[in-house]
Amino acid sequence: MNKINTIHSRFVPLQEENVDTDQIIPARFLKATTREGFGKNLFRDWRYHNDNELEPKQDFILNDASYNGQILVAGKNFGCGSSREHAAWAIKDYGFLVVVSSFFADIFKNNALNNGLLPITVSEAFLASIFALDKEATLSVCLEKQTITIDATGAVETFDINAYKKTCLLNGYDDIDYLISNKAAIENFEKNRA
Amino acid sequence: MGKTLFEKIWDTHIVQEVTDGPSVLYIDKHFIHEVTSPQAFKGIEDRGISIFRPAQVVATADHNVPTLNQHLPITDALSRFQVDTLIENCKKHGIELYGLGHEHQGIVHVIGPELGITQPGMTIVCGDSHTSTHGAFGTIAFGIGTSEVEMVFASQCLLQTKPKLMRINIEGALGKGVVSKDIILYIIAKISASGATGYFVEYAGSVVRALSMEARMTICNMSIEMGARGGLIAPDQTTFDYIKGRTFAPAGAAWDTALAYWQTLYSDADAAFDVELTIDAAAIEPMITYGTNPGLGIGITKNVPTAADMQDDGEQKNLEKALQYMGLTAGQSLMGMPVQHVFIGSCTNSRIEDLRLVASLVKGKTKHPNVQVMIVPGSQKVAKQVVQEGLDIIFKEAGFEIRQAGCSACLGMNEDKVPAGEYCVSTSNRNFEGRQGAGARTLLASPLTAAASAVTGVITDVRTLL
Repeated sequence: MNKINTIHSRFVPLQEENVDTDQIIPARFLKATTREGFGKNLFRDWRYHNDNELEPKQDFILNDASYNGQILVAGKNFGCGSSREHAAWAIKDYGFLVVVSSFFADIFKNNALNNGLLPITVSEAFLASIFALDKEATLSVCLEKQTITIDATGAVETFDINAYKKTCLLNGYDDIDYLISNKAAIENFEKNRA
Repeated sequence: MGKTLFEKIWDTHIVQEVTDGPSVLYIDKHFIHEVTSPQAFKGIEDRGISIFRPAQVVATADHNVPTLNQHLPITDALSRFQVDTLIENCKKHGIELYGLGHEHQGIVHVIGPELGITQPGMTIVCGDSHTSTHGAFGTIAFGIGTSEVEMVFASQCLLQTKPKLMRINIEGALGKGVVSKDIILYIIAKISASGATGYFVEYAGSVVRALSMEARMTICNMSIEMGARGGLIAPDQTTFDYIKGRTFAPAGAAWDTALAYWQTLYSDADAAFDVELTIDAAAIEPMITYGTNPGLGIGITKNVPTAADMQDDGEQKNLEKALQYMGLTAGQSLMGMPVQHVFIGSCTNSRIEDLRLVASLVKGKTKHPNVQVMIVPGSQKVAKQVVQEGLDIIFKEAGFEIRQAGCSACLGMNEDKVPAGEYCVSTSNRNFEGRQGAGARTLLASPLTAAASAVTGVITDVRTLL
């Protein structure tokens, strides 16, 4: 898995609440058997009319080339619904490394963390101040310090992250490495409960 | 202080605590299906490791299978490849597969319980958010992502942080025509689509105790629709009677041992919950959703809310967007509105009891000519039972189309879709934009309300037909 620590980037504001994983990646794209290539179908039905790449919906933020960056900023309850990890894969594959929201759905948050995509939960007020920025503005994220900063104003907020998950992201470790290293304890547990 | 039901199960499945981190949680049963498993199998192979406990994994094909002509090769090439990949992976790794054509095949959350694989006190996971269904048996059951599927393959464990606990007590008497789907839609409407995020929810109270296992599964199934990772109900005589004699249920001395343990699985009187709510069952009407998340639901006689009913600007904007997608107007009544489709199926409402409910209402009646009605049984077993009980005759005479088992139009992955702009009263669990097909407009309701609307061709208060 990729390592994450500091990110300095412009951002894409998606001012929607309850963005569910069916919007992030519609079910008809889940027929793939690999993890790659989902980015082109990210927010497919919000992005295109009639499922046609030649008919982009002009008012959708990903179709506005003046917005870009590695940080996606969205309204509360982001990633609700299905457990499909394809949602995290699609966001990552599109080029985002960080998703900022005031509230994440549980399964999406875990899926993001397991894929080197950093979910940052900020206060409603801080989220509103990001949405109020102009499109040239940049954000700085430091995972080590657990901070997110609006560069133009210097406004900074600290975010929570589980210490174990933080270590994983900083070093590019995944849970499987950890679990496999504990196989003796798992076998012991099985023996004792039998 | 006493323990909650959740804690009793959790504590006996902790292999190890991780300092400042999640715990290593042991998983008893791992269900897999064709859509969220291929990348996990590949991950295991790329790491050069084998599946740690293949005997604890059970596979079926449900999400991406056709519901017609299941004996023929799947026509969609991508779907066929995905289902074939599952077959190959299961063969290679020694995993039991209930694939198309197998008598045990069906929606993963229908077959687990009906085969007696799901048993009280277990930890159960599956790469599907509606794994919460199994909580109806007093299990810790929750949906996971594909990386987590790979973790369970590798170690039969997951790293999990203990969730907060909520108890929802449902007390009083249910009104006529009100069933378990209405209870859960009512709760979600009350606490919102994110109201239980971060929690596991225990459902309790006299109303829950009186419900059948099928009805309890419907409630636990939709826990995820209010953000809860899972829901659970303490097992009782209803649970034990349901499990006894099923294919994989313990028998003989093993049954006695299991039963003795299961009988200890309840929240102690002095156990503490982070949040506790009580719902008055008498306040619940048949429910229907009007919006694009399951929290946007109302009693069938109520009007769609207006901006004035919303708490903040964000909610107002959500309401406006949802109503625009749904082609509805703030303040309107839904009753009497024409619908073009009725879908009866999904892991929420495709069990035999659901189909009996539908049959009880439509017996001797026919569907409205403008409505297409599809019934998709949750499993091969349910489909067989439908025929044994003669329900198929009632459905055919009513003009309902009976399909073969699968997830079908609940998620619109196969051909079973609702055309753009058309309305579908659906017994499934999600009314998200495009969920049942691009542009499809889903109205979630109970099997009874769906059946009533199929007969009248318009959104109907089922109580007027009872």
